[in-house]
Amino acid sequence: MNTITVNGEPREAAPDTLRQLVEAEGLDPDRRGLAVARNGRVVPRQQWERTELEAGDAIEIVKPFAGG
Amino acid sequence: MTQLEGVRRSRAATGSEADRLTIAGRAFTSRLLLGSAGYPNQQVMLDSLAASGAEIVTVSVRRISLEGYAESMVDVLSDKFVLPNTAGCETARDAVLTARLAREALGTSWVKLEVIGDRETLYPDVEQLVQAADELVRDGFVVLPYSNEDPITAQKLIDVGCSAVMPMGSPIGSGQGIANPTAIELILNRANVPVIVDAGLGTASDAAQAMELGCDAVLLNTAVSKAHDPVRMARAMRAAVDAGRDARLAGRIPRRAHAEPSSPQMGLIGS
Repeated sequence: MNTITVNGEPREAAPDTLRQLVEAEGLDPDRRGLAVARNGRVVPRQQWERTELEAGDAIEIVKPFAGG
Repeated sequence: MTQLEGVRRSRAATGSEADRLTIAGRAFTSRLLLGSAGYPNQQVMLDSLAASGAEIVTVSVRRISLEGYAESMVDVLSDKFVLPNTAGCETARDAVLTARLAREALGTSWVKLEVIGDRETLYPDVEQLVQAADELVRDGFVVLPYSNEDPITAQKLIDVGCSAVMPMGSPIGSGQGIANPTAIELILNRANVPVIVDAGLGTASDAAQAMELGCDAVLLNTAVSKAHDPVRMARAMRAAVDAGRDARLAGRIPRRAHAEPSSPQMGLIGS
């Protein structure tokens, strides 16, 4: 069991990989427009499957919004 | 007249049907860049974008929230050149990561770089801005930095390899127009990249003034999105940018201290 943060919020029981985490957050990992950073570094989508989460990881999941 | 001023004037004098805005080797027809934020609803935003004729549309990149996931900006703006910003970032570090996330999310290496010094004035933090610009250019980004209307800062941004400079007209969202036209002219006289006035424009005459000064384009958002009728204001801004550009290319008459009759002075009756 990993304890990580997703967008600043703690997750007590995180799945094994980044791709599983994106799904567990209720998102479609194949949908355009998503981007993920792990501990301050962008993880390209094709690496989500084989990126294993570790305790203490800080994950950011973002997408485009309206902006000026 | 400085040498660069001469270059800029002769460039402007060659205006023709094929008058294009070229940034980093990419040509655009419209000289109006429009933001996508703050419209009454998404349909008004899309109608405003259409009325403005803008090709380049700015977006932000934010932490995902399930509530906000219904309609994707990527899908609704599929026919636009989407330019992600780093709005709200207060450090070079956050701005660089945001730009990299935007590149991954949108598949573009272009970024409107914004690093603000405080959330009240929204003034840029120049030191962090130049640092972030330098880092992103080295990482292969086409960097369009929002900055103060300060020729020294503009030069530093050009020196680190920015593809345009975007000095503020006045504070973001203030609608005060171009507070310091002399400073914008100084930047124009020296810059060898496009100069885009970004922020503070309030109405059509502000956009026309920016173009008459010789700016290559304007970027605005609030002036349209918060107008009583955003679609109509978008149309007005489009006309203003075109009018200002034409006036610049046409070459205005010099200001005179006194009257100069326009009708013939000969053959007046009663003389």
